[in-house]
Amino acid sequence: MDTIFYTLQDFMIFTKGITYIIMGGILVFMPLFWCFLTQRDED
Amino acid sequence: MATENTQPADSKFTPFNIVTGIILVIGGILTILRFTQGIGAVTNLDNNNPWGIWIGFDLLCGVALAAGGYVTSAACYIFGFKRYHSAVRPAILTAFLGYALVVFALHYDVGRPWRLPYPIFYSQGTSSLLFEVGLCVFLYLTVLFVEFTPAAFEWLGLKKIREVVVKLTMILTIFGVILSTLHQSSLGALFMIAPSKLHPLWYSGYLHVYFFVSSMFAGMSMVIFEGTLAHRWLSHKMDDTHHHEAPGVAFGFAKAASLIMMGYLCIKIIGIAMDNNWHYLATGWGAWFLVELIGFVAFPAILYAMGSREQNMLMVRWAAVWTVLGIVLNRLNISIVAFNYHLPSADRYIPSIMEIGTSVFIVTVGIVVYRFITTRMPILYEHPDYKTH
Amino acid sequence: MAISRRKFLGGIGAALGGAAASLGTAYGASNKHFKGHPNSFGVLHDITRCIGCRKCEEACNTVNDLPKPETSFEDLSVLDSKRRTDADIYTVVNRFNTPEPVFAKKQCNHCLEPACASACFVKAFTKTKSGAVTYNEKVCVGCRYCMVACPFEIPAYEYHKALTPSVTKCTMCFPRIIEGKLPGCVEICPKEALIFGERDKLIKAAWQRIYKFPDKYTAHVYGEHEMGGTSWLYISGDEFSKVGMREDLGIKSAPELTSGALAAVPIVVGLWPVFLTGAYAISKRKEKIAQQEKDQAVAETLANAQEEAAKKLEDLREKLNQEKASAINFEVKKALEEAAKKAEEEKQAQEAQEEEEPDQADDADGEDPSKEDE
Repeated sequence: MDTIFYTLQDFMIFTKGITYIIMGGILVFMPLFWCFLTQRDED
Repeated sequence: MATENTQPADSKFTPFNIVTGIILVIGGILTILRFTQGIGAVTNLDNNNPWGIWIGFDLLCGVALAAGGYVTSAACYIFGFKRYHSAVRPAILTAFLGYALVVFALHYDVGRPWRLPYPIFYSQGTSSLLFEVGLCVFLYLTVLFVEFTPAAFEWLGLKKIREVVVKLTMILTIFGVILSTLHQSSLGALFMIAPSKLHPLWYSGYLHVYFFVSSMFAGMSMVIFEGTLAHRWLSHKMDDTHHHEAPGVAFGFAKAASLIMMGYLCIKIIGIAMDNNWHYLATGWGAWFLVELIGFVAFPAILYAMGSREQNMLMVRWAAVWTVLGIVLNRLNISIVAFNYHLPSADRYIPSIMEIGTSVFIVTVGIVVYRFITTRMPILYEHPDYKTH
Repeated sequence: MAISRRKFLGGIGAALGGAAASLGTAYGASNKHFKGHPNSFGVLHDITRCIGCRKCEEACNTVNDLPKPETSFEDLSVLDSKRRTDADIYTVVNRFNTPEPVFAKKQCNHCLEPACASACFVKAFTKTKSGAVTYNEKVCVGCRYCMVACPFEIPAYEYHKALTPSVTKCTMCFPRIIEGKLPGCVEICPKEALIFGERDKLIKAAWQRIYKFPDKYTAHVYGEHEMGGTSWLYISGDEFSKVGMREDLGIKSAPELTSGALAAVPIVVGLWPVFLTGAYAISKRKEKIAQQEKDQAVAETLANAQEEAAKKLEDLREKLNQEKASAINFEVKKALEEAAKKAEEEKQAQEAQEEEEPDQADDADGEDPSKEDE
C-alpha cells in the first residue's frame, strides 16, 4: 500500500479504481440494508 | 398473435416496407464497406475531427432520447404516479432499443469493436469519463433488458420467471435511475477535458449537470412524441387502459418538462455568468447559442406550459417534437458544430453521405424492431392473464 | 475489565491514528501536489535555431520504420502549407513567416499529466518514468477519445485500416532512450535546435538562454506550465501563437479538468439510493395515509350512520315510553277518577243513609273537622 504516486493521473487511476469497487459494494449493500430496515413493517 | 400473421400476402409491399427494405439494403452495403475498407472509406473523419455524427447523433442523441425509460419508470414506481403505469412498458422498450442501437452504432464507430468489453473486463481506465459512460451503459442495458423481459415472458407464457422479475421492479428502477444519472451526465463531462476545443459558450464546468437535466425533458418529450406516433400507427394494439391513461401521461409530462426546461434555462444563464461569457453573446457563435437556448428551450417550454394550462394536446405534441429537435441541436452543437471552433473552415468536419446513410440505417433498424415487438408482445396493452399487477 | 477496555480502545485509536498518518503521507490530502517522475527526461526545442531542413522528419521516419512518403524529405516545398502529425508522420516542421521565415517542429509534447492517458478508458497510454508517454496498441479499442482530449492535436488514427487500426504518435523514441540512445530527431539535428536531457535541467538551461539573450527570446518557456507542464519544452524569438502554438490552453492539467465531474460519480452512487428509496417510501407512506384516511372516512360515515340509527331507535323508544306512560297516567287518572266517583257515590249513599239515622250523622260531623286538622 505504500505506493508513491508521482503523477495525478496514476493517483486517480488508483483511487478511482478503489472508488468503483466501493460503489459496487454500495449498490449491493443498500438494498439489503433497506430490506433489513423495513423487514418488520406490516405492509 | 396467430391472427397477426394471417394477413394477405400482398400486404408485404406496403410503402413503409419498401422504403425500409431499400434503407436496410443500403445499410448492408455500407456495413460491408466499413468493415472491409475501414472507417476512413465511409466517413469524413480525420485526425482533427475524430468524432462525427456516429458519436454526435447516434451516441449522444440516442442516449439522451432514450431517457424516457428511466424518467417514466421513476415517475411510476418511485414517485408513485400510478396512472403512468401503461406508459412504462413502451418507454422501457424504447429505452432498451435506444441503448441497444447506441451500442450497435458504436461497433461502426470504434476501430476494433470486438474489444468493446475491454474497458470493463480487461484493462480499466478508471480516470476516464468514457470508462464511466461505458460501464454505466453496459450495466443499464442489462437492467433495461431485465426490465423488458416480463413482456417477453408473458408473450412466451413463462409465468414463474416473470413473477421473479416483477418482484425486482423497485430495485431495477432505482438502479436504472442511478445508472442513468451517471452516464447521462458523464456524456456531457466527456467534453470537459477539452476546454481549448469547445467554444466557451458551450463549454462549462456544469456540462455534466446540463446533460443530466436536459436528458430528463428529452426523455419526457420522447415519450409524448412516441405516444403520438404509436397512436397514429399502432392504435389497434392498445387496450382501453392505455387509451384512457395516455392523455394524462402527456399532460403530466408536458407540465413537468416545462418546469424542468425553465430550470435548465436558468442554470444555462448561471453558466454564462460563472465564466463571464456575456461578450460572446454578441458574436455569431452567440447568435447560434441564443437560437438553441431561446428557440429550442425557452420557446418549447412556454409551448408546453400553454398546452398544459389549456389542456391542448396538439400544442403539447408540437412542443414535444420541438424539444426533441432542440436536444438533437444541443448535442450536435457540443460534439460537432462548436467543437473545434478554432480550426479554419477547411479543417472542419462535415458528415459524408455514407455516414448519414449509416445513421439512417441504424434508426430504421430500431423502428423495424420496435414494430416487430409491439405488434407481438404485450407492450401497449396488458396481457389478459397478468392484469392484476 | 475497565482498564482492559480502555487499553483496547486506546489501541484502536492509535491504530487509526497511525493509519491516518500513513495515509496522509502516502496519498496526501486533496491539495496534494504531484510533481511528476523525478529526473525524467525531456527535449528542449530552440525554435530560433531551427532551419527547416526536415532531417528530423526523415530520422523519425527511419527509426520508427514508417512507410516512406511520396515526396522525399529533401523536398522543402512541403513547408509551403501547414501540416500536422498523421498516422505515419509522427513529427512535422512548419514554416511561419513572422515576416522572416521561422521553423517550428511539432510532435507529441509528452505531457506530465497526459490528456490522452486521462481520457483513455483502457489505460493504453502510460506516462513512463523516463518522461515518454507510450501507447499500448494491444488494448486500444479505437474510440479516439484521446484525439478529442489532446490539446496539442497530436494523436493520429489509421482510418484506412479496416480491422487493425491504431492510434499513432511520437514515442519520444522510448525504446531508444531505455537503451541509452538519443531520440532519432535529436540525434540527427545539425543545428542543435533540439536538446535531450533531464527536464528540470532543461528548464534551467532554457531560462539561462532567455536571461542571456533577452532581445533574442521571448520570456516564456512553452511547456513549463502549459496543461500542467510537458516534457518537451520550447523557446522562441516570437510569441508562440505566431509559430502555431496555442497560448490559451491554460495551466490546468487534463486530470484536473475532469476531476470535478469524476468526483460527482461516487457521490451520486452514495446518495441516490437514499434519496430515491426515501422518495419511494414517502410516496408509499402518502398512499398508505391516503388509504387510512379513506378507510377512516368510511368508518366514520358508517359510525355516524349507526349512531343516527341508534338515536332514531332511542327516540322511537322514548316516544313509545312516553306514550305508554301517558297511557298509564290516563289509566291511573281514569282509575282515580273512577275511584273518586265511586267514593262520592258511596258518600252520597251514606249521607242518604245518615239522613235516615240523624244521631249517628252528628257524631260523625263533630269528629270529622278534628281529623282534617291533623
